[in-house]
Amino acid sequence: MDIDHDTLVGFAKSWGLFYFIAFSICVVVYAFWPSNRKRFDDAKRNILDGDDRPWQ
Amino acid sequence: MVQQLTTGERQNALVILVCIFVAGIAMAAAGGSDPLGMHGVLVLLFGGGLAALVMRSYYEPEPTQDRPSHYYDDPTKVGIALTLAWAIFGMFMGVWTAAQLAWPDLAFDAGWSTFGRLRPTHTTGVIFGFGGNALIATSFHVVQRTSRARLAGQVSPWFVLLGFNLFCLLAVTGYFMGVTQSKEYAEAEWYADLWLVVVWVTYFVLFLRTIARRKEPHIYVANWYFMAFIVVVAILHIVNNLAIPVSFGQAKSYTIWAGVQDSMVQWWYGHNAVAFFLTAGFLAMLYYYLPVRAQRPIFSYRLSILSFWGITFFYMWAGSHHLHYTALPHWVQNLGMTFSVMLLVPSWASAGNALLTLNGAWQKVRDDATLRFIFVAVVFYGLSTFEGSFLAIRPVNALSHYTDWTVGHVHAGALGWVAFITFGSIYTLVPSLWKRERMYSPALVEVHFWLAVAGTLIYVFSMWNSGILQGLMWRTYTQEGTLAYSFLDSLVAMYPYYIARAFGGLLFLLGAIVAAFNIWMTVRAVPAAVDRRADVPDTGLAPGAAATPAE
Repeated sequence: MDIDHDTLVGFAKSWGLFYFIAFSICVVVYAFWPSNRKRFDDAKRNILDGDDRPWQ
Repeated sequence: MVQQLTTGERQNALVILVCIFVAGIAMAAAGGSDPLGMHGVLVLLFGGGLAALVMRSYYEPEPTQDRPSHYYDDPTKVGIALTLAWAIFGMFMGVWTAAQLAWPDLAFDAGWSTFGRLRPTHTTGVIFGFGGNALIATSFHVVQRTSRARLAGQVSPWFVLLGFNLFCLLAVTGYFMGVTQSKEYAEAEWYADLWLVVVWVTYFVLFLRTIARRKEPHIYVANWYFMAFIVVVAILHIVNNLAIPVSFGQAKSYTIWAGVQDSMVQWWYGHNAVAFFLTAGFLAMLYYYLPVRAQRPIFSYRLSILSFWGITFFYMWAGSHHLHYTALPHWVQNLGMTFSVMLLVPSWASAGNALLTLNGAWQKVRDDATLRFIFVAVVFYGLSTFEGSFLAIRPVNALSHYTDWTVGHVHAGALGWVAFITFGSIYTLVPSLWKRERMYSPALVEVHFWLAVAGTLIYVFSMWNSGILQGLMWRTYTQEGTLAYSFLDSLVAMYPYYIARAFGGLLFLLGAIVAAFNIWMTVRAVPAAVDRRADVPDTGLAPGAAATPAE
């Protein structure tokens, strides 16, 4: 099969779109997954604790 | 600096520096009287000078055994000093070139000081010199604090920081000699580009290895932004700079891309340089230094994740909006336009997240000039991302393209967003990094803040005015269907705005000089803070008792 301009445009307009939608669903699911809540809450609070040494 | 390295590490540093020195000799020999030969001399002086510094301290005592129980901040400190030095250089070149547009005699009839050669010294000086050093310095600081791990290397952070500055030096000195690839924000020639690849891959590996050592289970969102910045800049830099040198003894090279493909690759690079160099990395600063300075956690961590992926995946496709009404296929222009408009969603999600973090602490914003820097940065981020989406729409672009409106937009982002968030971060960082109670002069931080605000507003408003005026004059037709104004007419109309622009830039430069003085005096003259209790993990033991930080 020849890969010409139209092939690439067709690919970008179909699979490009599906890949974006699938990816955005994955991100939303990850961000709102209930068991991730504690991990995210800890992450945003822990940077404020003022501890200035690496943990061993 | 060298005292923090073991003897083995000092030897490694020397080996690297000798290699650089030898590479400089080879470049000088191959280049001869070509600019490449001059750059060879620069490289050998750079390698030799640093090697002399290492050798001078070679026999000094080795660092103590407890080195791993501290963060590694020496490269960050030097990085901040370099950031400020480049800020003053780059902004001075900006003021000079701006003044040349109003008063062309300021080129003084010399080749090296023509507008075409000075302009890239300004863009490279501020974007890569000022912005790049700030990004490297803060990324080293943030990744350690958020990972609770020391940097995964002793020599490599220096290699990254100083190697990057060698790249900037090669780029800027080359422009004065007329060396350029003629690619916007990628003017440096092939040998400097190859060197930057080595430096950048080291940066990437260092960052990954530090994150791999982390003790904090979750990777904080700032590090995602820094990673995106490092990875994407590597990809962009390599693809856009694929070129074949005329010979190994000449600075000149030719890009492998041709025609409209070259334009597309260039603006895919150019716009993503804005996205991942000037946005992603600085958003990383925002997501760390804003919560730390305000002492409030980010409003919504989930929103920060959603906007991260939104920005990362949308920006990649937006570059073609720089090529509206060109030979680029129409659907590619549409693609760039659509993604640029969609970008408003993740951009405003970040800006809104930051403003909502401050919501309820406005008295802190009022009282603390440092936090006000960060606040103004967020406001300008919101404004310039809106403006960017708007300008990317094809009919709007018909008016704005090639006019000063674009210049105004870029500076709303570069001064209002990038420089403000950088100074806000530096003012947050400096006292804690040098263990000082406070900045040398809070009043000078205020002075800097108002100089910067006034400079940015004068700059941006004069460019909006002149840009729209220019655009309208270029498209005004007479009743006979001919153009109403010649190009020269529009040039004369620009004159007052060009003076105002140079003045705004001058105010901003003065602010940066005030900042450099204040930071210098903080390091030199402010007494060290007594070991703050908050800096030490609470072990419940008596003070002075041996303690192991808790997991």
